Amino acid sequence: MDFLDELYRHYQLGYPKFHKMDQLSKLGVLATDILLNESDHANKYGSDETGIVLSNSHGSLDVDLKYARTMEAGASPALFVYTLPNIVIGEIAIKYKFRGENAFFVFKTFNGNFMAAYVNGLFDSKLIRNCICGWVDYLGEDYRALLMLVETSGSEKAIPFTAEGINLLNNTSHG
Amino acid sequence: MNKVYVVADNILSPLGKDTSANLSSLKNRQSGIRLQHSGISDKPFYASLLDSGSKSGHPSFTAFENIVLASVKDAMQNHEDDFPDPRTGFILSSTKGNISIIEKEPVHAGTWSRVGLSESAGRMAEYLGIVSEPVVVSHACISGLLAMITGMRMIQSGMYDQVIVTGADLITAFIFSGFQSFQAISPEPCKPFDADRDGITLGEAAATVILSGNKTDDSILLSGGSVSNDANHISGPSRTGEELFLAIRNSMKQAGVKAAGIDLISAHGTATRYNDDMEAKAIHLAGMSSVPLNSLKGYYGHTLGAAGLVESIISLHSLKENLLFPTLGFSSPGTEMPVNVIKELRTAKLGKCLKTASGFGGCNAAIILENLN
Repeated sequence: MDFLDELYRHYQLGYPKFHKMDQLSKLGVLATDILLNESDHANKYGSDETGIVLSNSHGSLDVDLKYARTMEAGASPALFVYTLPNIVIGEIAIKYKFRGENAFFVFKTFNGNFMAAYVNGLFDSKLIRNCICGWVDYLGEDYRALLMLVETSGSEKAIPFTAEGINLLNNTSHG
Repeated sequence: MNKVYVVADNILSPLGKDTSANLSSLKNRQSGIRLQHSGISDKPFYASLLDSGSKSGHPSFTAFENIVLASVKDAMQNHEDDFPDPRTGFILSSTKGNISIIEKEPVHAGTWSRVGLSESAGRMAEYLGIVSEPVVVSHACISGLLAMITGMRMIQSGMYDQVIVTGADLITAFIFSGFQSFQAISPEPCKPFDADRDGITLGEAAATVILSGNKTDDSILLSGGSVSNDANHISGPSRTGEELFLAIRNSMKQAGVKAAGIDLISAHGTATRYNDDMEAKAIHLAGMSSVPLNSLKGYYGHTLGAAGLVESIISLHSLKENLLFPTLGFSSPGTEMPVNVIKELRTAKLGKCLKTASGFGGCNAAIILENLN
């Protein structure tokens, strides 16, 4: 069994739509579920108040390759729709009813400076009250997700959401 | 918060290699849409495609990169400034970029890196003398607008003084077969907002705007922008239009503009039944059913990652010239909620424009453009 499917069972997601998703969307939805697990996020924020800002280096290449291999024999709309990296954001938005600001960026490697500036700009403009942001990348056997929940107040354990803080988090995590 | 101005632009399309050539074509009701006999489909189809000459150029760059570079270089020529400055940003908008590379078998791991959008943006930035790290926006059909919003936010926050925002897509077998599999492609040139609309027509273009924190004599203010998500379906639009309305409302709030202050709506208007109905509902919710509205898809087709840029550029020149461009392909109204579709070219005093876009993944975006003169 695929690692993502094992995680799905372990965390008892109980979300049948999961099985229709491409690998990038599965990774993003699982990472979000683990991130928000046991938090009172749903009660704390309205549906328009959560931002989702994700990035990766391979876009939707994992599913692009699968679609390219099958398109001549018969193009599948169910596969084609996933050939856009922002679909993982759409899947997260559907599962958790997040209707607020969202954006998908592609960088060679995680760009903490940009992420901090962009997300802090959303807070400064009062467009969001919290944000799920980070990195979700999937290609072949290689995958990595690093998601952060950014809020305006946090516990003592919370890391300040600055370029330095998230670059440090990126450099020390191996998930 | 710093104000943001559009100080230079370019559209490279089948209707011309620069913005003024494109505007001339539009004034003459010319469309780039033709019946195409191309290897990407067994049967002839309607699309607005660039000729092979437009796609050639520097041999080490792909067709996709050559059209982007031609567009950026023209825009840069129209704006004298110091581009190799670390405070100049570079944003590339595309849905599928160099995807044609993986259409050809066999696909090796070596070609994977070449197809990547960040790789492509990095090569182009280096060639153009840009020293900051390129940002790639790949967010379905709102990519062009989201790239402009991102550039605006980078200048507002003080990260950059100016940002080159460019976007393009080419219609390859990959893209065509996908939209065809959705049965989304119209058998005739598309008819946005029309009662008989029957789907999209695809198109190719590259387009560029240069955003700056410094005003020039004839610059247009980009005074607001926002993004939302339907949280409903990954390939079908919202049933209510509430979420596009949310993006419209937030962008207008940021711009400090009320519904009565909007003189023109440049809609996404893909000419699918559901998209145009959803947009009409959102415009109704925003209290702007009577505001003159167009979709430019009848001239350009749906140019995907370039669409938001192409349509914003035409709209900002509409403001400059006080000219309302008609919706080519539209003849009789046919959306669930009525909207005021422009049918004939006419002049009107124009101050502010709302530009919208929506796409797969349930995404919506809106910006406000203002004429300062």
